[in-house]
Amino acid sequence: MTAVSAPSTLTASRGRGMRKFKNNLAAVLVTLAFLIALVPLVWLLYTVIGKGIRGLTRNGFLTQDLGVRTFQDAGGGVVHGIIGTLEQVAVTTVIAVPIALLVAVYLVEYGHGWLARATTFMVDVLTGIPSIVAALFIYAIFFVHFGAQFAGIWVSLALLMLMIPVVVRTTEEMLKLVPNELREASYALGVPKWKTVLRIVLPTAFTGIVTGVVLGIARVAGETAPLLILDKYTTHTNWNPFTGYQAALPLVIKDQVSNLGSSFSFTGGTATNFAPERMWGAALTLIILVMLLNLIARLIGRFNKIAD
Amino acid sequence: MTDRGSVDERPKPPEQPASTPPEAVVDRPLGDDPAAPSSGMEPPPVIGSAQAQGISTLDDTPPVLGAGSATAGAGRVRIGDRIFNLMTAGSGVFVIVLVALVGVFLVIQAVPAIKNDTGNFFGHQWAIGNGTADFGISGLLWATVIASVIAMVLAVPISIGIALFMTQYAPKRLVAPVGYVIDLLAAIPSIIYGIWGVTILSKYLEPVQRVLYHLGGFAIFKDQGFLTGSIFDGGIVLAIMILPIVTAIARDVYARTPRQNVEAAWALGATRWEMIRLAVLPYGRAGVVSGSMLGLGRALGETIAITLILAVPSQQSGFTFSIFNGGATFASQIANASGEFQNNPGPYIAAGLVLFVLTFVVNAIARVIVNRRKDFA
Repeated sequence: MTAVSAPSTLTASRGRGMRKFKNNLAAVLVTLAFLIALVPLVWLLYTVIGKGIRGLTRNGFLTQDLGVRTFQDAGGGVVHGIIGTLEQVAVTTVIAVPIALLVAVYLVEYGHGWLARATTFMVDVLTGIPSIVAALFIYAIFFVHFGAQFAGIWVSLALLMLMIPVVVRTTEEMLKLVPNELREASYALGVPKWKTVLRIVLPTAFTGIVTGVVLGIARVAGETAPLLILDKYTTHTNWNPFTGYQAALPLVIKDQVSNLGSSFSFTGGTATNFAPERMWGAALTLIILVMLLNLIARLIGRFNKIAD
Repeated sequence: MTDRGSVDERPKPPEQPASTPPEAVVDRPLGDDPAAPSSGMEPPPVIGSAQAQGISTLDDTPPVLGAGSATAGAGRVRIGDRIFNLMTAGSGVFVIVLVALVGVFLVIQAVPAIKNDTGNFFGHQWAIGNGTADFGISGLLWATVIASVIAMVLAVPISIGIALFMTQYAPKRLVAPVGYVIDLLAAIPSIIYGIWGVTILSKYLEPVQRVLYHLGGFAIFKDQGFLTGSIFDGGIVLAIMILPIVTAIARDVYARTPRQNVEAAWALGATRWEMIRLAVLPYGRAGVVSGSMLGLGRALGETIAITLILAVPSQQSGFTFSIFNGGATFASQIANASGEFQNNPGPYIAAGLVLFVLTFVVNAIARVIVNRRKDFA
């Protein structure tokens, strides 16, 4: 206890000259590092909001698709991309969450020995897999071997591999936070283990798990690489993720890039090129979507104080 | 001992002991406690059965403890438990099989493509026709690695700085907002980094690139006529993207520096910086290295931002070491070919396999360092 109060008394006797200079220099550099990191963030958000707000607020941007309009035709919106992104992510979530929860329960409640170690290791490997490799894997199985056609569902399968590790890791952490006394109390009452896990452990960790799921959704919602390999862009709304090309917000953005022309500048309302406006508008839509998801995860995480 | 029927009627009894234990503990002679677990052989401890309710409140508390161990030691596995255990273990196996399949399928597709490669697989050419393939990986490997190295060189020191700022310098109430701001960087989708990098940032990097040309002498700083869309531009954007990853892990390990080490440094009369050098940095070194490796893994596999930013030089221009050249990484080469992918996917899957192996090795090294660190802690 005495040691805790030591620093405050010692600060008076800090070194002079060179030592003091070095100490101050370090403080400046460290603060500078944080400020440097702020530069790209502020710059990027400023750019996307500043250039995207015009497109986003245009009439019909969030209610129409582009249809037959080229980059030189006014009007239209990105609803085809929004629908695609939401549907593909929804399919991914529906498949990934049950698997990820079971894996996490296995690792925390059941797993020991080589199988648990192997599972942990493989979850780590999945965490590090580049999205394009996941896409190539789905391509190698379903397109080369089974002759699949481009569609949103294949994107969902690739995203699955990126989402599972995120949800497993957060759920694992949350399950570990559940006090052991709760489990013991439940066992003591003669409740079987599976029921203890389903009725006591998982509900206790519920908010934390939801946070993990939402973070997982945010992680995959902006992924582009699988879309390039496993799907094709279309300007029309496709409600069916199982057949036909299906657009997604990143694909909308990517498609506008090819129409930007030689000067990448924002040309304003008088120009005949609407690609920049649509690109930044779609980018802003995507950022808002992902940030909303992150915000929701954080808000749910607030309630999680009950768990720990 | 406990049949499933009695389990379902369980909910009422717990309220009884919950209200009474204080007296029960006071009333009991202390010596009685050790005896309770040994009596776990007999059925009475089990709550929910008729007997349990018959037991006086005095005897109620210790048997609850006994019942837990008795159930665990009973050795009778319920059918529900067995099914649930199998389901969870099955999901674990699913993940293992999934990752194994990634390797297997990439190899199956890549091997014939590499066999049919008319050129040198370790060369730097890339000419894929409709059934013909003359490709090598060294050009892609160089661009991938050097862009990631640029990202590391820039991001790691800044990340360490931010992590130190958050754990050692910033006032308590600033820590959470700062963490949130850094997390925001991680939340932005990579395609948005891509369009920002190619339309905005690269213009501002032109003068930097011009200055670096004049460093002269080195092959890696040679002017190749790519003022925008160079590997250097890509590396800078990658640095921004991996910054939050490295920062998160560095911050984690720095925050866990043992209090004794910190106080020992203070006691020696160290300044704050000296304390950091004596206690915080050495303790966090392994964690920072592994965090950097995780960032490196992310940089190596980053696709769309790099695809948008890098300008692809003409086939004939040949290979250079310059970071001011355009080029393609494994990921961007694959993404660029997505249009005519179906015609001849083999070479691209081979490139994907090399990328998979590369990221796998980097991540594995990171994990090994993390886990070894855990053993010490």
